Order: sequence, then structure tokens, then C-alpha cells
Amino acid sequence: MNKYSTGLLTAVLAGTFNLAQADTIKMECAGFTGINKDYCAYIKQRFESETPHKVNFIELPQASNEKLGIFQQVFAAKDGDAVDLFQADTVWIGLLDKHLMDLTEHVKDMEADFFASAWQNNVVDGRVKAVPAFLDSGMLYYRKDLLVKYDEQPPETWEDLTRIANKIQLAERNTGKEGFWGMVFQGKAYEGLTCDALEWISSYNGGSIVEPNGDISINNPQAAKALNMAANWVGTISPKGVMGYMEEESRAVFQNGDALFMRNWPYAYLLAQGEKSPVKGKVGVMPIPKGGADGKHAATLGGWQWAISDYSNNKAAAVLMLKIVTDADSQKKLFFMGGNSPSRIALYDDPDILASAPHLPAFKAVFANAIPRPASATKRQYNRVSNAVLNATYNVLSGVTTGEKAVADLEHRLKRIKGRQWK
Amino acid sequence: MKLTRRQRYLRSKSFLYLAVVVTATFCVFPFYNAILTSLRSGQDLFLPNYLPTTFVWKNYINALMVNGIARSLLNSMIVATVTVGGCLLVSITASFALARIKFRGRQGLLFTILCVSMFPQVAVLSGMFELVRFLGLYDSLGSLILSYTTFSLPFTVWVLTTFMKSLPVELEEAAIVDGAGLWVIISKIFAPIMAPALVTTGLLAFVGSWNEFMFALTFTISGENRTVPVAIAMMQGSSQYELPWGNIMAGSVIVTLPIIILVLIFQKRIVSGMTAGAVKG
Amino acid sequence: MTTKILSLNTSLVRPQRNKRSLQQRRARAAWLLVFPALFLLAGVAGWPLLRTIFYSFTDAALDTPEVYNFVGFDNYLSFFDGEAYGVLGDPLWWKSVRNTLWFSSWSVSIELILGMLVALLMNQKFRGQGLLRAAVLVPWAIPTIVTAKMWGWMFHDQYGVVNDLLLRIGIIDGPLAWIASPTLSMWAVVFADVWKTIPFMALMLLAALQTVPADLYEAARVDGATAWQRFTRITLPLIMPAMIVALIFRTMDALRVFDLIYVLTSNSEATVSVSGYARDQMVAYQEMGSGSAASVLVFMMVAGIAASFLYAGSLYNKEKQV
Repeated sequence: MNKYSTGLLTAVLAGTFNLAQADTIKMECAGFTGINKDYCAYIKQRFESETPHKVNFIELPQASNEKLGIFQQVFAAKDGDAVDLFQADTVWIGLLDKHLMDLTEHVKDMEADFFASAWQNNVVDGRVKAVPAFLDSGMLYYRKDLLVKYDEQPPETWEDLTRIANKIQLAERNTGKEGFWGMVFQGKAYEGLTCDALEWISSYNGGSIVEPNGDISINNPQAAKALNMAANWVGTISPKGVMGYMEEESRAVFQNGDALFMRNWPYAYLLAQGEKSPVKGKVGVMPIPKGGADGKHAATLGGWQWAISDYSNNKAAAVLMLKIVTDADSQKKLFFMGGNSPSRIALYDDPDILASAPHLPAFKAVFANAIPRPASATKRQYNRVSNAVLNATYNVLSGVTTGEKAVADLEHRLKRIKGRQWK
Repeated sequence: MKLTRRQRYLRSKSFLYLAVVVTATFCVFPFYNAILTSLRSGQDLFLPNYLPTTFVWKNYINALMVNGIARSLLNSMIVATVTVGGCLLVSITASFALARIKFRGRQGLLFTILCVSMFPQVAVLSGMFELVRFLGLYDSLGSLILSYTTFSLPFTVWVLTTFMKSLPVELEEAAIVDGAGLWVIISKIFAPIMAPALVTTGLLAFVGSWNEFMFALTFTISGENRTVPVAIAMMQGSSQYELPWGNIMAGSVIVTLPIIILVLIFQKRIVSGMTAGAVKG
Repeated sequence: MTTKILSLNTSLVRPQRNKRSLQQRRARAAWLLVFPALFLLAGVAGWPLLRTIFYSFTDAALDTPEVYNFVGFDNYLSFFDGEAYGVLGDPLWWKSVRNTLWFSSWSVSIELILGMLVALLMNQKFRGQGLLRAAVLVPWAIPTIVTAKMWGWMFHDQYGVVNDLLLRIGIIDGPLAWIASPTLSMWAVVFADVWKTIPFMALMLLAALQTVPADLYEAARVDGATAWQRFTRITLPLIMPAMIVALIFRTMDALRVFDLIYVLTSNSEATVSVSGYARDQMVAYQEMGSGSAASVLVFMMVAGIAASFLYAGSLYNKEKQV
């Protein structure tokens, strides 16, 4: 059934564009290369059998900022040959806006099928500039076995988490596990720290640093409190080295069984539950805790978006491919082959997926409430804002300054960056 | 007397070998660590170990075949070899002029050449990108050869100039008396004597272009034109965050081997004693 | 030409005349010989460099370089509402200058000393010489990005080899957070850089050591000079020119350090270098204007330091000639 409907769709679309011409599009098969070439082969096969066009894959670096550097060069040159269809980071949409093709006409009827938070992130001034490829958001990992052993429940608030972590860390160390820690997260001075900080601040109702209307809201006691809380972890329930950790460093500690809690992205789940993992079968996931009883669960939105270069010479063919890679079949394949969480809501109730991944419904609640970083509001200045935020947070973590002083300084710095208005 | 001399000899020999062992360990240990890592998988990757525990060759097969390191090795070979060849040719003539001929503006010229390597790489990147596209070299090995040759020039010119200056004047005077042209003097007299310096600078330039990352990343975009460092950087796990550490290390070990072989081949040349040659020859 | 010269005192004047015209011919040939190198440098490097200088006076964005206004020296320094703007008005720029100078002076001087020791060692004759040379070159052969990531893991506070070794030897009694703490992370960067570039220093110095004639040593030994005297009186003066060149290039590289810091500590403000600052302005913030201005300032800084090295070197040469 599904095959037919896509075929039909393709035929309709092909009618609107010019079918006679067979184009070769260049696209990135990012996030899935390396070990998972199967997925690329799958979409290539589908594209070339369902449309008259051909596809060539290009490879781009994995690190987000290096990739951005390349795109900026290509777009500066208005190069129509380098790339047609590619994946953009969640925070790039505002930044690359003028180089992205307006997809509104082609995809507007798909909106209801996707998670609203993710879809809205890609809308600039009412125009849809990208379609969510897969979802990512922060979540809390915990050791089920240890919580049971010490008769504790998964923490509802950060205060709970701190208390439980202190207690279990002490008890575990007394059993001879010298290197056991309560909590690990991403504390290195890089984009990941902005994500973590946003979660802390937002969970205490401290706002989202820069509000959607462009107001700078960081200078408030709740935000300061959130940062102070995290600073108190360092050296008590978190190792000092956490300030040098990115995702993989924290996963190493957690997966070796040396940490009770971990803040990370969904990718860590399959790995931590993997065949050789020492904590296999002992891992639970839950939403990021609330900041106090009045707080809220706040998870930073991540993930990648399919977008088309506005300089592309093969826009029609690229749109066809975009439809293929974002349809339910492709997303299912992507989940099975690469473990990436689908951006289509319906797939979270799909029997095939549930059968192989019973943990996925737990993710659904997290994704639905995920909050975007202030990328749309700060437009082209986002990287500068993020850099100021992460350095301020890092300074609080390292004890150079206090939460209260840091948020005041940060407000001043953000105002300097903003000038009269965000542009 | 004889005994003490022998004792002294033994003592200095054992000091020498101790120093050799310490130096070699210091230089090779991280590489050894990389080899160990490349033979592990999954959880074992995270734990410190000093002896091989497992032998997972899968990482090597992955790196060579799936990630296309084999192809990148060939690309890097071509780029680095052509770069070194072109660079040495251009710079030996230039440095002969700069070292052996007195002419107006020589000092200024030397400093201007040096200036090229004073800009941070990021500053020339976007201009280079335009140039490469203008010349139609985008996404080809030619773009890399051109940029590496240019940016290795200051170094090779300076080093060769310094070495040429240190050679005795009598060397070419005889040739001038014989009526030899400049080209003959350069290729027949200087090049052979300079062999160790040429090999050393050539080797350093080779490794320089072998390792260069930023230009390679920016000027090529399709998989078949990747050079080695970019290919390694492109290795991906199943997600954005995961680092396929075993594969990366296997790749690094593979790409380091050609350099080691190169050194072993050329090492006699590096130190064939150029002054000895100059005096005797 | 020479045949036309009318001279009474041929035997005396002629060689001189000959020499001068030969000099002239050679000077002309010199330009011809230098031409290919100059052509490449001017064509390939010159244009991007001039372009950078040009853009440092505009407000262009990286992704739309064709849209710009001239802003004079605003990218360098300007005042607005009593606050200083521009690169020179940015406290972070000055922080990055301090970081860079600190990093360069430590890593280059450690490299020079260790590199010299390694070069002297490689210059000895012994069995397994070739293997040592290959071993020494290994660090140089591993791509920098891989080196950086590799050291990143070796410095991991819980599972890193560095802490593990130090703990085993007993130098430290608890794991150090190498990458995390601002002071230690700078040392971590220096350490990784020293490891990576010792081969360069050692090879350059070895090539220079090869030019020292063995009979000089013999003569000194007969005169009863100690090893240290032989080193300072014979070796050092003779290898000085090559050493200065190696030092200049290493210093220029160190002053422009970027990828090592970028991967190890992700350009945190505690460790960011001037190149990292310029890259952030240019690529991350897309501000071609201030990025170019920062690049020009980096250039001026590097040029100044290189020139003073050269000046010191020429002073040394003069002293030697006197």
C-alpha cells in the first residue's frame, strides 16, 4: 500500500516538474555513513527506481561546526554543483535562512505528521525551510539496578537527584568502588554545555536565555540558582573531569558502570544496552528532572533537518528525494539501521518499531516537550550567544564566579552582542 | 688502563642505549597505544591497558574497505609526491639564487616569502576557495597540489637557502671557470651535495601535505577525492556523537605506516654526511 | 662585451671587470631562478592575503562576501556609547594573545631543548640507528586531528593512560582533570604539541649537525675540550643558522596554533589562541570583517616576532664575523 502511495505521489510531483529530464542530485547521506551504508543504498535504490533521476552521495564531516564552515564556503560562492540536499543542524536554520530553498509549497501538508516542536524550529517568518530528519533531545539515564538496591525512585526533581546521587555514591564507594560517581554530563566548554545549561535554567522556570521575541531574560534568580546547583555537583557527585567531557566521555563513565546518572542524547541508549556493555539491562531513561517542585521538565531539542540549497540546479529532483527520505518507510529503515529516533509521531505507535524497541514510547514524551535553543530569536548571532552562554556556565562550574554574578555578566555581554536588535 | 677504557666504553654505550630506549618509548608509546586501541572493540576501548587483550581485525577491514581509506591512501600518495617534487624543483632554483648570488632586494625577497606563512590558515581559506573555483580545480586533487606546493615553499626555500649558504665558495668557482651554466651548477653540483638536506626537507614537506586537513576538507567534497586525514575525520559511528574509536585508530595506524617505510628507505640519505661529500668530492 | 674593453693594464684590470659583468649576469639570472617560486606565491597566496586585508576594512559576512560597506578601522577598534568595540577592544582578544604567547614560548623552548637532545642522539653511530630515526618520526606522521583526539582520550580523568601511569608511578595520588581545569589544560596542550613536533625540530637539527666536519671534533678532543665545551664552542655556532630557521618556522607555527587547542579544549576562553579567535569570528560568527581584522593582527604579531628573531640572528652573524 505504502509503496503505491509514494509511487502515486511521485507521479503527481513528477507531473508538476519536468519528468523528461533525468537529473543527478548530490546529497549527503550523513549520520548514516561509515558502518551503515545499507541505509544509503536503500534510499538510492528507492530514488532511482521511483524517479527518473540519479543520486550521488557526498561526504561531509561529522562535527557540526566543521560542516557549517563548508556550507558557508559553498553558499558564499553560490555553488549549485556542490550539494543539493543536505542535513542542517537544528540551530542553523536561522543562520542559513537565506541560502535555503523555501519548501512551504511542497511540504506544508506534512506538518501534522511531525512533532510540532521540531517542525516549528524550521519555520522562519512563516516559511518552511527544512523538514526534521530525526529527533534528538536531552534525557536522563539512570541505573535501574542501583536505584532498586538502595530503595529509591527515579528522581522527579534535581534536588531528588542530588540527594540520591550523594547517598548512593557514598554507599557504593564504601563497597570498594572507589571511582564511582553520582552524575555525569557534558561540561566541556562547547555547544553541548549550552544545551545542558538551557535544560537546568529552563527546568527552574528561569526562561530560555533569550526569549522567542528577542528579549534577554537570563539575569534572574532562578537561572542563577540553576547554575549554582550544577556548580555544586562538580567535585561532589560529578568528577572534576566532567568539565572536559563531551558526549562520548560521559558515556564511557556511565557505560563502565561508574556513574549512577547521566545526561545524554538518545544515541547512548542502544550502546549502553548493547551486547558487550557492562550495564546491559540495567539502564533506564526518563525526562530531565524538574527544578524544584514548581519547576518543569525541560529537554533541549537537537537533531538534524533535511534542507535544500537555494542555489541547487536540480531543485525538483531534490524535492522528490526529500519526500522519500522523510516518509514513514525511510524513517523506519533509519531507525532499524541507525537507531535514529523518527520525527514522525505515528511511528512511535508503530507495531514493528515497538516490538524491537519497547523503550521508544518513553522518548516520545521527552521529544514532545523539547525546547529549542534560542537560535531563531538570535538569528545570525546565535553562535556568538551560545559561546557567551557556555563560557559563563563554564566559569560557574569551575568556581571562578557565582551563578548570580555570571548571569548579570552574561546579560551585559548578550546586550553587547545584540546591539539595537538581533540581526 | 685498557680495562678502564673498556669500562668507560661500556658505560657510555649503555647510557646511549638507555637514552635511545627512553626516546623511542616517548615517541612511540602513544602510537603503540593507538595500535592497542585499534585491536579492541566496544567496551574495551574505554579502559587503559598496556598489553593487547583482544585482536579484533574487523576495525582494519572496516577502515580499509568500508571507510575507503585505501582510496584515500592513493590520493594522499599522489598529492604528497607531486607536491614534494614540484616544491623541491621550484625551491632549489630559488634558493640557489637567494643563497649564492648577490643581488638587490635579496633580503626583502626572503622576508616576503616568509610572510606567506604568517597569516593564520583561516584567513586565506575563503580567498583560496574562490581561486580554486576560478581555476576550475574544485573537488580535484589539483587544488590540493597547488595549495600545498605554494604553502610549503617558504619553508623549503628558507631551509635550502640556509644550507646552500653554508657550502664553500670554491665549490662553484671551479665550475664557473670550466664555463658551466647555472642550471648545470645547480643540478650537477649542488643537488647531489644537498641530498641530505633535500631529503630532510622533502620528507618534512611530504609529511606536511600528508597531514594537512583544512584545505583538504574545504577543496574536495566527494568521497573519491578525499585525502587521508579527512577520510579519518569522516569516519562516523552510528550517530552524530559516537566516535568509532577502533576504526579511527586502525585508520591512523594504516596511514602512518607509509611514512615509517619512507623514513626507513631514506634514512641513510638523511645523514649521508654532506660535508664529507663536499670535501672529498 | 669583455673583448671591447680597451685596457693598457690588462693583466690587472680584466679579472675585476670580468667578475663584475659576471655578477651582473648572475643577478639577472637570479630573478629568473626565483621567478617560478615568486609566481606561485604571488598567484596562489598573494591574492587571498590581499583579499583578507581588504575585507578587514569592511562589514562583509562570510556567506555573502559580495555585500559590504567600508567601515574604516571599526573592525580593529571603535568606540560607541563609552564602550570599546572591534578586535582590539575585545578583552577576549587580549586573553587569546596572552594564551598564545604563553603556549608558544613554553612549547617552542621545550621542543628546542628536547629536539636538540634527540638530534644529538640520532647523530651518534650505533646499531638500530635507522629504527630510532623511524621511531622519532612517528609522532609527526600521525595527522594532527588524530593526535589531538588521541591525546584527548589519553588525558581522560577516569580512564586515561596519563593519569593511570602517573598514579602507578606514584607521582599523583588522585586522578587529575587534565582537560577540565583551565591551568592544566594549557599544559596538556603544550605536552601534546611538544610530542607532536619534536620530530620536526630533531630532523632539522640533525640535518644541520651533519654539516659539522668530524675532524673539528677530533681536533678539539686532542686539545682536551670537554663534551660541553665541544658542544658550545663548535657544534652550536656551526648549526646556529639552521637552528634559527627551525626556530622561526616552529615559532610561527606555534603562534598560529589552532587545531590542537580546538579539539582538546574546544576553544574555551581559558585556552583559545589568536588563530582560534580569528576562526571563531570568521566561521562561527560569520563576521568576515572582524575575522579578517583579527587575521591581519595575527599576521602583524607573527611578523613582528619573526623579524626580531631574524634581527637577533643577523646580530649573531655580525658578531661572529668580527
